Amino acid sequence: MKTRQIAKRKFKKLAAIGGSSLGLATLSLRQPSKAARDNERHRINLMVNGQPYQLEIGNQSGEIGPSDTLAYTLRETLGLTGTKIGCDHGACGACTVLVDGKAILSCMVLTIETDGRSITTVEGLRDPNTGRLDPLQQAFIDHTAFQCGFCTPGILMSAKALLAENPSPTEQEVKEGLSGNYCRCISHYHVLDAVRAVIRQRGVKNDPAV
Amino acid sequence: MTRPYRFIGKATPRKDGVEIVTGEAKFIADIKLPKMLFGKVLRSPLPHANIKNIDAGRAKRSDGVRAVLTYQDVPEWKGGMPAHVRILDRKVRFVGDAVALVAAETEEIALEALDGIEVEYEPLPAVYDVKEAMEPNAPQLYTQFPGNVLPNRCPGFGPKSLEEIAMGNVEQGFKEAGIIAEGTYAYENIPNPLTAEPPGAIAAWEGPDHLTVWSSAQNPYWEGVLLYLRMGRKVHVRYIGTHCGGSYGTRLMSWQLILYAALLAQAANRPVKVCYSREEHFAAYGLRLGSRIHGKVGMKKEGTITAISGEWLINTGFYSQITQGQLAVGCGEVQLAVRCPNWDLKPKIVCTNRAASGIVRGFGGQELKSAFLPLLTEAMEKADLDPVEFFKGNYVKPGDGYYWRDGNWWVCRGVDYTKAMEKGAEAFGWKEKWKGWLKPTRVNGAKRIGVGVGVHGNADVGEDVSEAYVRLDPSATATIYSCLAEHGTGQRSSLCKMVAEILQLPLENISMTPPDSLLHPYEIGPFGSRGTYAIGSAIIAAAEEAKKKLFERCAPMLKANPEDLETEDGWVYRREKPEVRIPWRAGMGVDRTLLGYGRFEPDFTVPNFMMLLVEVEVDVETGKVELVDVVSATDVGQIIDPLNLKNQLHGSLGSAGVDSALFEESILDKKSGRLLNINLVDYKWRTFLELPAFRTVTLETPFPTHRFKAIGVGEITTAPGPPAILMAISNAIGRRVYEYPMTPEKILKVLGKTKRGVA
Repeated sequence: MKTRQIAKRKFKKLAAIGGSSLGLATLSLRQPSKAARDNERHRINLMVNGQPYQLEIGNQSGEIGPSDTLAYTLRETLGLTGTKIGCDHGACGACTVLVDGKAILSCMVLTIETDGRSITTVEGLRDPNTGRLDPLQQAFIDHTAFQCGFCTPGILMSAKALLAENPSPTEQEVKEGLSGNYCRCISHYHVLDAVRAVIRQRGVKNDPAV
Repeated sequence: MTRPYRFIGKATPRKDGVEIVTGEAKFIADIKLPKMLFGKVLRSPLPHANIKNIDAGRAKRSDGVRAVLTYQDVPEWKGGMPAHVRILDRKVRFVGDAVALVAAETEEIALEALDGIEVEYEPLPAVYDVKEAMEPNAPQLYTQFPGNVLPNRCPGFGPKSLEEIAMGNVEQGFKEAGIIAEGTYAYENIPNPLTAEPPGAIAAWEGPDHLTVWSSAQNPYWEGVLLYLRMGRKVHVRYIGTHCGGSYGTRLMSWQLILYAALLAQAANRPVKVCYSREEHFAAYGLRLGSRIHGKVGMKKEGTITAISGEWLINTGFYSQITQGQLAVGCGEVQLAVRCPNWDLKPKIVCTNRAASGIVRGFGGQELKSAFLPLLTEAMEKADLDPVEFFKGNYVKPGDGYYWRDGNWWVCRGVDYTKAMEKGAEAFGWKEKWKGWLKPTRVNGAKRIGVGVGVHGNADVGEDVSEAYVRLDPSATATIYSCLAEHGTGQRSSLCKMVAEILQLPLENISMTPPDSLLHPYEIGPFGSRGTYAIGSAIIAAAEEAKKKLFERCAPMLKANPEDLETEDGWVYRREKPEVRIPWRAGMGVDRTLLGYGRFEPDFTVPNFMMLLVEVEVDVETGKVELVDVVSATDVGQIIDPLNLKNQLHGSLGSAGVDSALFEESILDKKSGRLLNINLVDYKWRTFLELPAFRTVTLETPFPTHRFKAIGVGEITTAPGPPAILMAISNAIGRRVYEYPMTPEKILKVLGKTKRGVA
């Protein structure tokens, strides 16, 4: 248990430094009663990319430590390494995933806080049946909206959340929605082109005149 | 043959696009080996100290700890130029220097075990300033470098590597000058290129003298060679490249963490992964060089430079990785931008007690120019010269010569970039916006708008050697064997396009082997914008040779001479009678592959070019500077992929480029030796909300010496930026500014709007 306690201490310190004023939604810490019951049983339920997981809380391999961040659980416990950890301080957006449709920084959330939630990672963007890429993914390829590609999963998830909340955002709203994502190669211009293309595409599809 | 290109010049999807957007691309942190341990580094809290005593007993006894190493336990592995840095030493030389290494079953156990290592230090005085470091009583970092001054020679660049710029007669030159500018100028904010991915590596041994490394350098073959040298030529290294989450040159600084992993793996007899935290990436990896020049420029009234002299002090931090190389290339590059017959520029490399500087895009040239151009523009101002006109007159043209990094005199056989400068200036509206030195373009209440310009170029597009194979298979597919990892430029995809064009095969039929030094011929790697020209030429030669072999096999069956044949979409046919054709598999048989080999030999005769024109808006009440408009202008001969190219051009803002004049800096506390802003909140970076308008002007004047008449420009896109920003701010507010970065506080100080110098 000792190592877990240390990690938790570290996590709290980092949370204090990091802040979350990055235009991304934060989670409220409500405790659904079913989750509370499951907690007593030392178990949590997650839906990740449409797949249900029941995970034991504990210190053993494959279990969820009380201080495990969601980013850690996704990557190390569930093997979903598409979600990146760039700073582990909530400052770079590389770890952005959707929790119940909202973009959150998975390095700033403890996995046990997400009990009962539905999580989407970059691996879940693609249609699970047909394998077809999400329009955002396709647009990123079409516009070469990445260089090194390390920040791309986070940017895609921020964009996905933005378009879910606001199907036809203005240019400024898109920039705001992505402003918490660090990209060092400066692929921003092509990212904006790609997101714009998806918005346009949808506009055409939803336009009753078409 | 004037047939239009099928792939070259067209935007095609990156070969690794699906992997990247689905999260399948494997970066170093995503890779796990069976039985792999995690390594962590205990780092020095002091900037300069001897280790009096070190007791790792408690750490060694911790549950889950499999190896603990201090300087007492490690071999004489050394890096640096000349080799001067032990992998672990009895002495620490900056806050963050490695003191001990731990490998454990989990990262958390390893981190915790670091607390179980007791170190007793004998603190030593530290020095951070280049001038102070050279003073007689200054603290000495290395006994072998008295005065903290390192030799200038770069052995890798040959026996005469460029160590200074010395030519003509500067005394005579200054006599002929009507205008003299003199002073001290510096670019010492040591910004951090800070790739999105923090660096990391995995090491695993196969026997005592064979090491396999997984890491993210873009040039696995050459990195493997360097590791072999650093381990005393006793260990053969197989270097497997992973997806590289950004480099900008810095990934060539991972040798220390790779060797930490190797040492721990050896001690624990299991694979070990060492991934740096973001703090380590900030504080103990690689910064830009500090650059300060005390110089003098002589100029005639009409703008002819008659003499340049001075001392260039380079702060390399606690050691030199390859600062001598950056010195040489920087000295070469400044000659490309400024035509001058009389030079006496004396560089000095000085080590100080801070984190190391290393390879970064701009490679010495950005650092020299960011200090030198403000001096040069003082002369332009005195002569009342338009800087765009000055650069047009001065930038190297075919027939002009320069001393390059090898110390030899090379004569340019590239293209004339005057037209690119003119087109760039036109797109930017330079003529309308330029109102003269220290004059704003517009005043809009408290907002002052000003413009600036910078140029840069590099003759390294043809540096060093590349080798490659291209293998043809009877299924009408081709495989490129070239040892480079994808580091974001899209180079691997662009090289596939070149081969697809030569073999006239669909792009899907061309693939490239994964980067692995065991499988490939020599490749120094993609840097210095050499991907298109040097690597490209090697691969093109290999593809041409393979095609020649294909035609030789098919010729008898088609009753033709090999030189009369063509190929398209897996068919070989007679040029004059295309209906006489056979598929590759008929020509080759099903049990044969054909292999072509290509090699590129260094050639420093083709400099590339980049101009950045910038418009800033300065709020004279708050001091805030906004970058409003950017135009980049270049000539690449032939665009290979327009989107990849644009990405590289936009990249001028990031990776410690343009923004190092606006807000990027590593803040060093000279009392403690600590860097203070080592997180992504306090270190300022450009977000999506602060993008300037960015237009690119790209000319395509054919370069005769490349198969597709193309050269690369990726490496040079950042370098013209910082001095251009200072120029624009100076013009906007009507006063010279010199410091990097020009934060609001400094602007207000220049404007006299602070009380006793405090904002």
